[in-house]
Amino acid sequence: MPWSSATRWRLQISLLLALVLFASGAAEDRRVSVYSIAANYTLVLQSRQGVDYVGLLEVLEPLGTVTAKTNGHRWKLRCNNVEGEFTEGQLQAKVAGASVDLPASFVLENGRGLVPLSSLTTLLPRFLGGPVTFHEGARRLFIGNAAVHFTAQIARTNPPALVVNFTAPVNPTITTEPGRLEMKFTREGLVGPATPTITFDSKAIPSATFQEDNGAAVVTISGTVPLMASFSNDNRTITIAPPQAAAPTGQGRATTPSPTPPAATSPVASSPTAPSPGTPPSGLATETHHYFAVIDAAHGGSESGAALGGQLLEKDVTLAVARSLRQELASRQLSALLLRDGEAALSPEQRADTVNALRPAIYLCIHASTQGTGVRVFTSLVPHGSSDVGPFVEWQTAQARFLPSSQKVEARLAAALQTLQVPVHSLAAPLRPLNSIRTAAVAIEVAPPDLTTTLNSATYQDSVARMLAIGLAAMRDELEAGR
Amino acid sequence: MIPRHLAIAVAVMLVVASGMSFFVWRMRGRSSASELAMADAAPVAPPVTGPTEQVILYVADDDLGALRAMAALIPLPSTRQQRGEELLRALLSVYSAKSSHHVLGSGSEVRAFYLVDPGLAVIDLNSAFADGHRSGVLVEDLTVASLARTLSANLPGITQIQFLVDGKPRDTLAGHADLSVPYDISAMNQLAEQLQSGQ
Repeated sequence: MPWSSATRWRLQISLLLALVLFASGAAEDRRVSVYSIAANYTLVLQSRQGVDYVGLLEVLEPLGTVTAKTNGHRWKLRCNNVEGEFTEGQLQAKVAGASVDLPASFVLENGRGLVPLSSLTTLLPRFLGGPVTFHEGARRLFIGNAAVHFTAQIARTNPPALVVNFTAPVNPTITTEPGRLEMKFTREGLVGPATPTITFDSKAIPSATFQEDNGAAVVTISGTVPLMASFSNDNRTITIAPPQAAAPTGQGRATTPSPTPPAATSPVASSPTAPSPGTPPSGLATETHHYFAVIDAAHGGSESGAALGGQLLEKDVTLAVARSLRQELASRQLSALLLRDGEAALSPEQRADTVNALRPAIYLCIHASTQGTGVRVFTSLVPHGSSDVGPFVEWQTAQARFLPSSQKVEARLAAALQTLQVPVHSLAAPLRPLNSIRTAAVAIEVAPPDLTTTLNSATYQDSVARMLAIGLAAMRDELEAGR
Repeated sequence: MIPRHLAIAVAVMLVVASGMSFFVWRMRGRSSASELAMADAAPVAPPVTGPTEQVILYVADDDLGALRAMAALIPLPSTRQQRGEELLRALLSVYSAKSSHHVLGSGSEVRAFYLVDPGLAVIDLNSAFADGHRSGVLVEDLTVASLARTLSANLPGITQIQFLVDGKPRDTLAGHADLSVPYDISAMNQLAEQLQSGQ
């Protein structure tokens, strides 16, 4: 039966509407990716009058204990111990009692507080107490020392392979097509080299390019031959090579090669999450950046440690001493990384795993106490037994092999601290995560210098940090050699 | 003349008021009784029969940040397990004294002590012990070393020591001392020696 003109029109309009709806659904959401030591996550942005907004509660929730309360046009948010107050339609907010200017007005929708995306660089340091770096164009936000760096170099194998080393395990989505291999990092805070394009002295793999956009980083490898990627070194190394040369050590995990068009995507299984204190397999040349020291401010987040009188919490004192120590080491040209530079709550396993991955020359864990006076330096009281099997090391007793070096550091630091004219004790302690650390490792417990000075004295904290840095600097060569 | 309905209402209110007064009086009595019970939460040692023996208790001193050896005469049963229980009880009674230099939380107690062949000693603390313990590396170190050293010095043959809280493994005593794994008694003794020498 022939359709009437009106029916034909209705059908055409319906088809058009369906096409528009399909096209709009296919458009990629605008996102912001947040990288921190506690968690890496991606949030979808909301557009209001051409400005990108994000839910502040959703941003802070993975980073600490957060509660929010709506009272009419006012929205109160509490993150750990810091309180913020926002008013709908206002360009000013209050965080920890101080006024904060917002680049666009605050939006309150169904009890959900939305803040302009660009205001996160101002708001987050106040809530979290640590530095925040925002790659605004790519919408990638780094909290504390969450960045993952990489180096790339050509291995002179036949045929040549490109070896890319990362400072932390990675798990990119890999796509290959003729002439290039693309690695997209959405869950890792990968940051690029000084110049976005790296060139290599290789005809098969002439260059690699780093780009970041919409909450993801992409490394594109150009090649004149089909390429495939293989993983090794606990997902810290990706080797890119023609199929027959991939995984030269036989320890890698190769992705499915797709040398012919059309483009194929090979998502890789997630990284192993179990703690792995063992030495990563050797065989591939590595250029991983090494920190001389990793400083661990004990406790953090909802785990506040000991109450040190009044409002003073152990987690705050440890962070202050740790920051001061980092500065003292930097002034002596010793690189140091803070495991926690804000309110992140890390488990002992996470701390040990990160330290073992970074392989520093020395690990220092900072504690604080109001019991007694002076400073205590601890090495690990390694638990009973060890069931190391070949290259696999028992997690609970991984420190055993490094105990002599740790005890040397303990003695040197105790000697340096004696100059403060405070009681100094050197002891062992059944203290996590010291026993799982695979490098020289000590813990420091800072108590008040005398009965009249409190632990929040910045002068005292800085003096302790200075003496620790002097002690470590004196052992620089010895510790570097024992890495 | 007072209307009848008003008289009834007043009577009902009087009955309700009397009932509520009686209820409040009863509740107050119960509250005082529970407060008394809480105040008396210190461990009470059951009577032990048998000859007294001299033992060495290793007692923590927070002021010095050290352990000190203290001789004590206590009645000790014949079996090793019961001797261990008595030793721990005697040590805790030192800590519960008013003059103690290492105060434990109210109600701190050792629930049980087991000797498991070959040489594993298991000390089961109650939750009040762990929950009420002060937090700090040294202060927790002192407690653990004091318990371990007192046992090893008076009960030869112990090679390892494991702590439980309410019969279950626990991550830390009060945020620092790791209780999740057993320790070699030799390592604990070395720690105790460090703490005795006040290093």
